[in-house]
Amino acid sequence: MRFYEFEARKIVELAGIPVTEYGFCTTAEQARKAAETIGGPVVVKSQVLSGGRMKAGGVKFAETPDEAAEHAEAILKLEINGQMPRGVLVDPKAEVKQEYYAGVVWDGTAKRPLMLFSDIGGIDIEEVAEKHPDHVGRGHLSNLLPISDFEAKQTIAATGVTGSQLNRATQVLARLARLFRDNDMILAEINPLAELTDGSFVALDAHMEMENEAVGRQKALLRRQLEIAADDTREPYEPSAFERNVAAIDAADHRGVIQGRDHGFQGNLGLVIGAGGGSLTLTDAVRSQGGKPANYSEIGGNPSVAKACGLAKQVLEKDGVEKIAVMMSIVSNTRVDIVARGVIKACLELGRDPGEAIAIFRIPGAWEEEGFKILERYGVEYCDRSVSIWEAAGRAVAKIQGTPA
Amino acid sequence: MSILLGKETAFIVQGITGREAVNLTRECLDYGSRVVGGVTPGRKGREVHGVPVFDTVAQAVENHGAPVDGSVVTVPPAFTKDAVLEAIENGIKLIVVVTERIPRRDVAQMVELAELRGARIIGPNCLGLIVPAVCKMGGIGGPAKDAAKAYAPGPVGVMSRSGGMTTEISSALTRAGLGVSTAVSIGGDAIIGSTYAELMPYFEADEQTRAIVIYTEPGGRMEAQLSAWVKENDSRLPVVAFMAGKFMDDEEMKGMSFGHAGTIVEGKEDTATEKIVRLEAAGIRVVERIDEIPDAVKEKLGATV
Repeated sequence: MRFYEFEARKIVELAGIPVTEYGFCTTAEQARKAAETIGGPVVVKSQVLSGGRMKAGGVKFAETPDEAAEHAEAILKLEINGQMPRGVLVDPKAEVKQEYYAGVVWDGTAKRPLMLFSDIGGIDIEEVAEKHPDHVGRGHLSNLLPISDFEAKQTIAATGVTGSQLNRATQVLARLARLFRDNDMILAEINPLAELTDGSFVALDAHMEMENEAVGRQKALLRRQLEIAADDTREPYEPSAFERNVAAIDAADHRGVIQGRDHGFQGNLGLVIGAGGGSLTLTDAVRSQGGKPANYSEIGGNPSVAKACGLAKQVLEKDGVEKIAVMMSIVSNTRVDIVARGVIKACLELGRDPGEAIAIFRIPGAWEEEGFKILERYGVEYCDRSVSIWEAAGRAVAKIQGTPA
Repeated sequence: MSILLGKETAFIVQGITGREAVNLTRECLDYGSRVVGGVTPGRKGREVHGVPVFDTVAQAVENHGAPVDGSVVTVPPAFTKDAVLEAIENGIKLIVVVTERIPRRDVAQMVELAELRGARIIGPNCLGLIVPAVCKMGGIGGPAKDAAKAYAPGPVGVMSRSGGMTTEISSALTRAGLGVSTAVSIGGDAIIGSTYAELMPYFEADEQTRAIVIYTEPGGRMEAQLSAWVKENDSRLPVVAFMAGKFMDDEEMKGMSFGHAGTIVEGKEDTATEKIVRLEAAGIRVVERIDEIPDAVKEKLGATV
């Protein structure tokens, strides 16, 4: 789950890391008041989850409260990469002496959190690591031991930072590491971390991302402190009608799991496929042989006839879909006959001939003899494990393109 | 021979009274595995297919009267970490974690404790492992008669981030007359107990294994780690890899994860294209099509004889 900048700032603040006195505003009038309170030049920043807001005109500087209100008015109406802003952040234009970078991420190979620190801030850390590797300090953390300040200190000292800067930055990085672990983050980044002309350190911008699997146990932070609504899921894009419908069918019945997506797919071959790895392999196999998938889907965990039927119907009814291909890797839990019944029912209920609408049915495994018998009766072309995933996908593509397999 | 698991391996099932766990227990017993106990807190005294159920792992170990080698953990995500720590602290050395949707922090904690205690975790979000015609630990391959159809003994070690694809690939190897030494469903999450590279030394030491097949996906750095291992250790085992999810490299799919939680691409190096380049640089044959795997293995085996 991703956070807006104003939320990330709040998370940082709750962890005891100093931030500038900022204001989150949803109207131009609030922005004027925030600028008055700050008293001096401010920066007005669009609150969107997408990157590239500077380039899109979503960040503007203002000398006076009137100017801040004017910018806020314009930015609040400005769509950035398909997203309307949640509001604007009004922030004092800080007197910065030096910019640093502080971050914590997961190192999947070491299976530990990794602290990163650089005395070059304000730009992408990957770029710094590439061009100035000696300016990036790294330190792994234990998952079991408490996080000690010295670990942050070592990481920072590796970049050559010393003096009071080292001691002040140590507090920031150690707190950031603790908040990363305590709040189940997969990314916690302060960039830039600014040293102001008075020597104090403040977080000028922060990026946070919480692991989706942990959202349920972080309710205290999410609901109470950040006041994020339970249905505010922060998908990278707005779900389509197809995606919403499939999710609703899945939620209506606890047996088995179906998922469907069509973001980025616009083809004529509907895919009723599964499971996780099988779906990835099948989607590639269709595309590599010139097929145009209309969607991506996953069937797993032995869904009911109604669920399989619901998914197949949604796929068949999508704009531009001519036929569907029903394919999975060998199943041991999901039953072949149940999926067969579901997809045939979907065709019949939509007034389609299953033998014509289903380009191919390739699901080998549990209860396959029963499943194949049903398919046979409705004239649906099917195959067992002797036909590979690649070949089955190829047959479906050939059929929809009207060329012999 | 085999890796990690053999016909003598005695294991328990934690969460044994759950619907999936009951099926899994039946399947394992039918396939010849030694399931010596089960644990579900508050259900002591029951039986699942003749396997006695206990409240704690300690009770199950005591009842067995000898060290318990392994545990299959299939409890809800919020309770998984505790169950795994309980297994480790009761001396169990091989733990298969079936549960999916466990937060990474919990997985990392179990893995770190396992390292300290000399235990090995397979998964989470996996189907376990199977030694064809001997035994299996987990739902891998499904009911015994289905598992028998897909898995015949042979010289190929299989490791896969997808449980279903472990069986799909093993079935193809079996149909081609090759067969499998041990197949391991390693799990689809971003952090897992045992990566390809971490299991390679076991296969390397197993005389039956003469080649390796891996199934992989975008996301993570596990393939880079395998490539480095193969190069550094001058492995005797030829490796054939299949990469699924190439469509995720498309611009429109950026930032999305498909199939498994671990497929989230967090950096340039995690894309399918980059991974293929890295694997090939280590001398690993990456096949374009899934059905090319058996021939690629035969070619490699021919070269090593």
